[in-house]
Amino acid sequence: MPISIDHYVYLSTVLFCIGVMGVLLRRNAIVLLMCVELMLNAVNLLMAAFSTHFNDPSGQVFVFFIMVVAAAEVAVGLAILVMVYRHAKSVDIGLFNKLKG
Amino acid sequence: MGKSLVGMVGSGVVLGSFILSVMAWMQVKESGAFEANAFTWLEVGSLHIEFGFLVDELSSLMMLIVTGIGFLIHVYSVGYMHDDVGFHKFFAYLNLFIFSMLLLVMGSNYLILFFGWEGVGLCSYLLIGFWYKNKEFGKAARKAFIMNRIGDLGLLIGMFMLFNEFGSLNYKDVLGAGLSSSYAITCICILFFIGAMGKSAQIPLYTWLPDAMAGPTPVSALIHAATMVTAGIYLVARSGVLYTASPDAMQLVMYVGLATATFAATIGLKQNDIKKVLAYSTVSQLGFMFVALGVGAYTTAMFHVTTHAFFKALLFLGSGSVIHAMGGEQDIRKMGGLKKYLPITHLTFLIGTLAIAGIPPLAGFFSKDEILTNTYYGGGSFVFIMLCITSVLTAIYMLRLYFLTFRGSFRGTREQEHHLHESPLSMTLPLIVLAILSVVGGFLGVPEWMEHKLGLHHTLNGWLGNVVHNAAHPAVTEMFEYTLLAVSIAILFILALAVRTFYISRKTLPEPDEEEIGIVKLLSHKYYIDELYDAIFVRPIQSLGTFLHDYIEKPVIDGLVNGFGRLSKSSGKLIRLLQTGNTEFYLLGMVLGIIVIFVLNFIM
Amino acid sequence: MAILLVLIPLLSACSLLLAKGMAKSIAVVSSLINLGLTFFFLSQFNNEGGFQFGDDLIWVERLGLHFHYGIDGITLLLLLLTNVLTPIILIGSFGRKYDNEALFYGLILLMNAGLNGVFMSLDGLLFYIFWEITLLPIWFICAIWGGHDRIRITLKFFIYTFAGSLLMLLALIYVYLQTPGIHSFDITALYAVKLTAAEQCWIFWGFFAAFAIKMPVWPFHSWQPDTYTVSPAPGTMLLSGIMLKMGIYGLIRWMMPLAPAALKDSGQIAIWLSIAGIVYAAIIAIRQQDLKRVVAWSSISHVGLIAAGIMTATTAGLQGGMLQMLAHGINVVGLFLVIEMIEQRLNIRDMSLLGGIAKPAPKLAVLFMIIMLGSVAVPLTNGFVGEFLLLNGVFQFGIWAAAIAGLTVIFCAVYMLRIYQLTMFGETNQLTATTPDVNPREFWLLAILCVPVLFFGFYPQPLLDIARNDIENLLKIIAVSN
Repeated sequence: MPISIDHYVYLSTVLFCIGVMGVLLRRNAIVLLMCVELMLNAVNLLMAAFSTHFNDPSGQVFVFFIMVVAAAEVAVGLAILVMVYRHAKSVDIGLFNKLKG
Repeated sequence: MGKSLVGMVGSGVVLGSFILSVMAWMQVKESGAFEANAFTWLEVGSLHIEFGFLVDELSSLMMLIVTGIGFLIHVYSVGYMHDDVGFHKFFAYLNLFIFSMLLLVMGSNYLILFFGWEGVGLCSYLLIGFWYKNKEFGKAARKAFIMNRIGDLGLLIGMFMLFNEFGSLNYKDVLGAGLSSSYAITCICILFFIGAMGKSAQIPLYTWLPDAMAGPTPVSALIHAATMVTAGIYLVARSGVLYTASPDAMQLVMYVGLATATFAATIGLKQNDIKKVLAYSTVSQLGFMFVALGVGAYTTAMFHVTTHAFFKALLFLGSGSVIHAMGGEQDIRKMGGLKKYLPITHLTFLIGTLAIAGIPPLAGFFSKDEILTNTYYGGGSFVFIMLCITSVLTAIYMLRLYFLTFRGSFRGTREQEHHLHESPLSMTLPLIVLAILSVVGGFLGVPEWMEHKLGLHHTLNGWLGNVVHNAAHPAVTEMFEYTLLAVSIAILFILALAVRTFYISRKTLPEPDEEEIGIVKLLSHKYYIDELYDAIFVRPIQSLGTFLHDYIEKPVIDGLVNGFGRLSKSSGKLIRLLQTGNTEFYLLGMVLGIIVIFVLNFIM
Repeated sequence: MAILLVLIPLLSACSLLLAKGMAKSIAVVSSLINLGLTFFFLSQFNNEGGFQFGDDLIWVERLGLHFHYGIDGITLLLLLLTNVLTPIILIGSFGRKYDNEALFYGLILLMNAGLNGVFMSLDGLLFYIFWEITLLPIWFICAIWGGHDRIRITLKFFIYTFAGSLLMLLALIYVYLQTPGIHSFDITALYAVKLTAAEQCWIFWGFFAAFAIKMPVWPFHSWQPDTYTVSPAPGTMLLSGIMLKMGIYGLIRWMMPLAPAALKDSGQIAIWLSIAGIVYAAIIAIRQQDLKRVVAWSSISHVGLIAAGIMTATTAGLQGGMLQMLAHGINVVGLFLVIEMIEQRLNIRDMSLLGGIAKPAPKLAVLFMIIMLGSVAVPLTNGFVGEFLLLNGVFQFGIWAAAIAGLTVIFCAVYMLRIYQLTMFGETNQLTATTPDVNPREFWLLAILCVPVLFFGFYPQPLLDIARNDIENLLKIIAVSN
């Protein structure tokens, strides 16, 4: 059976949903970041797939963009988490309520 | 500069302008009116105003009065103000006044007149409040300025209407045009008259003038008797052509003048301040002049302006001399018997009294006689009778003033008696000159019967006839004139006797303030008009100010603005509840948002 | 060329940060150079109409933004006002020591730059930018060096005026979008846009909101008395002497030509609002005790008359408005200077505690009197000419309008004489008995202000000639678009 575009769509949907569920249900900030990465990569996968499918390189260009942004985001996010951990000895997102209105 | 130099310069320049006025007068006499434009003051659209002067018969008469009497009063002030710390300032203001007054009468258009008009008002303000340390004087000065400004507003709007109607403010363009009566002209005339009411102290804007006596006495003589207050008469006489075209406005002028004349004369009966009596007398005499204007006898009004300037300036200066001798005392209840101490003042004051009372052949007789005859024909019998009664009242309060001040025995303190002295020459000289003028001034305008009998001429009528035309009335019968003459002499004689008996022989004195009752109290409190104005204008506006500030500004206008601020604040308070601080909540919101977008995408 | 008027104070303000010690002298020199430059433009000015000394640089081509500026008669008069008053305000502030002088004088110079820019801009967006630029320095001046409760009051001032400006920006952008081809903010392009009556109505109110708040016209004035009172004296003078003229200038240059048809209906409402403000503010002014507050309220009253006269779109109204802007600027700065001098000496502004200052300080009393008379609009002072023309303009709009607006003649005398009387006349008390008279600096400042008060009252025609043709042209634009 050839691997059609549909498979990629299903796979990335599943990945994206896993990411969403992870973000919604987990409380560990590092896991949260990983889940966000998962979602981003689900989208990346989809874009790369469609890019090949339609023979249009611009999708892949966007993938690169997203990867760069994601890397930067993780770098900043992890840095923040390190600081939080030093401060609170925990990375539970329940702690992040100092900005509540 | 030393005081004597200031006095000399101050009086000298006025003397100079008097000489120039005489020259201008002679030129007008020889070759008629002339105009001179200094520069274009303003040119905006169709509004073109020259800083121009017009010297014709009317303005040169006023110039002579202003500078002539002005000079005498300057000389008088040198003596009167000699010990005052504000001597320099006083002469500066007085000269500024002469400047403004000349601007007023010499302007060739209504705007230049208005410059002078407000200028004299300003000088009047400065001079009434001359002794600025006294709060009451300051209030009187403010009252004068503000009441004048009410009139000024009328004049200003009148000028706008005039410009709207004629496209010019020049006398030549406005008054030369053939006029037919119209609603607009009536409005203009009434608005001008409102201006005149303010300046010439007519009902309802007269209450400032008696208060204006707070100023030094030469000021009262010059500004508040002889010159400035007659500016209203000048304005109406100058605009005579307009008024002639508007019988309604003339009626208004006549009745307001009559009401003021009578009203003020009754108040004058019961005043005990020597200057207040003269002040109400001035208001009353101005009323006479307006009656004359109202019946279309413009030259007659100007005649009375002239003679009134002579004898009223004389009376005020005389009262100044008395006050000077009494060391500042103005209450006639504390005077008496001054004849002995102040012979020149007494004699000149007596002449002034007789002149204003209308004893022939003094100046007041001729002008008042002319007003009465004109009123008889132009105003109807009611106005005539009222005016005759007012003339009698005039004689009564003036005789009362004279007898209480100069006859009988002295009622002041020992100290005051010791201090009594005749004033210096610089003060008595003007008195003498003015007394002479008060005696002979009337021959400027002799009545018709004298013209026939004695071969004299009514100089003033012929002179002013080139500028304003009196309303025609039937020739006065000689019989009427003789009756008037005889009756007035008889009445005056009887009155003099009666007043003398009452105040001197029986030694009746006006009661002290607290014992006044009934009509006397009403009169001496000036019918409580000041209190009335206070209650219906001053206080309501003041409370309105407080009300607007406290109940409109703060809660409504500012409240609305602050309300917007509060609205955004309170909405922020509500919306911030969404910011729970719970990260899962935000994430849930995000996911729900994504789902909603997806769903909407599918549905659409 | 004319842009130097903006650049010089801007660069001087920057240099102040480097040479902090010389703040005062740099500021004064810069403002004097600007003054000289303005007089130079005046001497070279050709009053036959049109913009001069200007330039039209392309700024952002695709958006149709131009750096377009120039000077015509209307602008020139306001530049004169701005650049004459700035040195006076600067030197007037020397009587008091302000913390962080460099910042203080730098902000005043920035104000100067911004104000010159507002009056010279001939591009809608440029105008808007300068308009907002002026708000910042004045806000800092008031908020840093102000008096009691300054943060709340100045924040209200800032947000209120800013909100109004945004409405103006909306109106500007709307007109901009109607320009044909590549849209343009250029003034000629904006003037050429033909809008329907309904659109003009919206445009009118958009602009009016900004200008009415800035001036301020009743009932958009509630920020003003508090702000004037709480600001430091130079701030108050900048606000009242120059900045409020921005609003009036906006009416003339932007609102009326862009929405001429709306003058007929919306304009009437606006005129009546202004007239209501004249009486309202005057009546409140009568009851105030704080000297600054009286002058603040009187300013609302005076500005109401200017706004009403200008919106009648008559020659007399516009010329009177121009003249009265200058007169009001000079008089109100003079009044605030006098108040500041009194406050510096006695530390109070409450009239009920003052009195009799004329005795210890006769020179101050005389100079105060002259400036006050100008403010009361006594003939042969500068205030009268403008008031006369404005009332004449309002009279052409309606006789009752003129009669009500004319009440200012009476009320102004009431409150001005009241403050004069309560401060200068009467007996001295313990506090005022030893008030020192003006020092030479103060004397010359006030004397210089008195010169135009008297001169332009006596001979106003030179000022009227400057803007005559430009005002006629403007009125033609308004009439043609109708």
